[in-house]
Amino acid sequence: MFKKILIANRGEIAVRVIRACRELEIPSVAVYSDADRVALHVLKADEAYPIGGAAAAESYLNLEKILNVAKRCGADAIHPGYGFLSENAKFAQACADARIKFIGPSPPSMEMLGSKTRARQEMEKAGVPVVPGTSRGLESVQQAKDVAAKIGYPVMLKAAAGGGGKGMRRVGAAKELQAALEAAQGEAQRAFGDGELYLEKAILNPRHIEMQVLADEHGNTVYLGERECSIQRRHQKVLEEAPSPLVDLDMRRRMGEVAVRVAKAARYWNAGTIEFLVDQEKNFYFLEMNTRLQVEHPVTELITGLDLVELQIRIAAGERLPFRQEDVLIRGHAIECRIYAEDPDNNYFPSPGTITMLLTPAGPGIRLDSGVYEGWTVSIDYDPLLAKLVGYGQDRAQAVSRLVRALEELFVAGIKTNVGLFRRILGDGDFRSGKIDTGYLERLLGAEVGCEVASTERGGGKSEAANVAAVAAAVFAVLDATSKASSNGSGPADAGAGAGASSWKRTARVEGLM
Amino acid sequence: MIYNVTIEGTEYRLELDLAAGKWRCLLDGSEVEMDAVLARPDVLSVVMEGNSYEIKRERIEADLRIWVGDRPYTVEVRDPRSLRGRKLRADHGNGARHLVAPMPGKVVRFLVGENSAVEAGQGVVVVEAMKMQNEIKSPKRGIVLKLAVAEGAAVNAGDVLAIVE
Repeated sequence: MFKKILIANRGEIAVRVIRACRELEIPSVAVYSDADRVALHVLKADEAYPIGGAAAAESYLNLEKILNVAKRCGADAIHPGYGFLSENAKFAQACADARIKFIGPSPPSMEMLGSKTRARQEMEKAGVPVVPGTSRGLESVQQAKDVAAKIGYPVMLKAAAGGGGKGMRRVGAAKELQAALEAAQGEAQRAFGDGELYLEKAILNPRHIEMQVLADEHGNTVYLGERECSIQRRHQKVLEEAPSPLVDLDMRRRMGEVAVRVAKAARYWNAGTIEFLVDQEKNFYFLEMNTRLQVEHPVTELITGLDLVELQIRIAAGERLPFRQEDVLIRGHAIECRIYAEDPDNNYFPSPGTITMLLTPAGPGIRLDSGVYEGWTVSIDYDPLLAKLVGYGQDRAQAVSRLVRALEELFVAGIKTNVGLFRRILGDGDFRSGKIDTGYLERLLGAEVGCEVASTERGGGKSEAANVAAVAAAVFAVLDATSKASSNGSGPADAGAGAGASSWKRTARVEGLM
Repeated sequence: MIYNVTIEGTEYRLELDLAAGKWRCLLDGSEVEMDAVLARPDVLSVVMEGNSYEIKRERIEADLRIWVGDRPYTVEVRDPRSLRGRKLRADHGNGARHLVAPMPGKVVRFLVGENSAVEAGQGVVVVEAMKMQNEIKSPKRGIVLKLAVAEGAAVNAGDVLAIVE
């Protein structure tokens, strides 16, 4: 087993990996940018080293600095988390050259799967179903037009190096193709430094379902069931669940077997995820393989009872998978909400700032993977994911009830969050009956405008809750006035006033620290 | 003490007295049976006519929010004895409106030019922050008087990006 693991990441995922290290009794090393000196992952790690400026390019994306820290502190393995350097084959190779184990797949696997066109070619060879389209980069507008005419419009243009919806365009007709091609090419070039595009048939209202696989370095590969990830906004996942309400035992087995075939074709090891598009006839097509731990891995952990991060570390240390495919049992249902610092009243614009109060949920079936704490200032420099709130139950209905209850307990003050969005989704009839696809959330948000107006109009009268709010607002004002008066005098402050004063002091301390 | 509380356009008049740990509370002139204790800073336990409420207080920018359970109320509290009057929000009138950066970021590009006509809700400028690009939209129908910063410029929260009249 490893002597020391460096975590080349920040936020909730760094904390998640540090927890696994603790449980395995392996010392953990945090790295941090100037903005993250008192970030949660720094507080929780055994060792911590600065790696430069707040901008990711100067710190969390700087592979030389991170490798130097690893060498200096004697780490013999690096866990990359997700994002940042996690899918960077050059980084994995640099680790290998420095005789430091990269906790993830081999550089050649990462390279093959990192290019979407190359991955498509390999998967076609391996007999894996892919969305009809080109598997090589487009060479000319005319070629694109010929292919599109053959497979039929609408089609999708996608960046070979792509991800996150960048360099992606939906094209409805031949006359739009040239302009879309040029726009997507420019976007891909700017985002990835590579303008290569390919084209595939657009699937109408698809579902996005992915399959978790785990493979050791001795040729054993298993699948751990699917995750339903159709609830997305701007191609970013918002809520995920496992199992998918759409997938039955037979479909899970077929998807799982294809996923294992994908992993084997890429000579893949460690944890990975195969993304599929599923059409309305339940046909599934290989989309891409993510060569890292996923944000939404907790839902799989809850329904399988496995610890994916621990298994990643064991696999990287050379251990064999401790179970076979037939030992993998799926039990219950899990749903994850990605809590972001976003302003729902301003088109879900990122909303950084200081968390002035944080009340966290607990109780049966609730897991909170958080990267923040009360007093922490959410920075503008990174992804605005604060925490993942996961509900687990014996079935989907119980998981939903527990999550709804936990969302009532969760309270974040000082910054705006998308917590209210999850109340809407979890209470929505279509969601409850499992009628979701990748267009679901845009439809819900579109419909929401009408509801909002209606509720504001109703809010004119004096409801019981509004009465309580009015009373409470006045009580706070009285307590503030009392606290001011007593802090001017010499007598001891009463309970309320004392608490108020310490809150001021705490805020001052926090601001002084930042 | 007497406070006038405004919640979503509705006025409430509160008369409160705290003596020996007991509250006396008149809401719009009628007596309400109420007990309130600060559980921790900004968290109040209110028991009113037998119902128990966990109340949270939050300040975002200039707004005061009171949360009753998971429902937020934007609240204004005025002491009628205070001489300081409160101005209505300047936002509602006609005239020039400033589009400001809601947070620090980088101006990616302008979607319209100076002197062009815009509709309410039309995107005027794209700002990148926290790895995401976001459109800042015009609050009203009008003419873009001025683009106040250059494309590519770094801006802070509150910086004026454009003026629409």
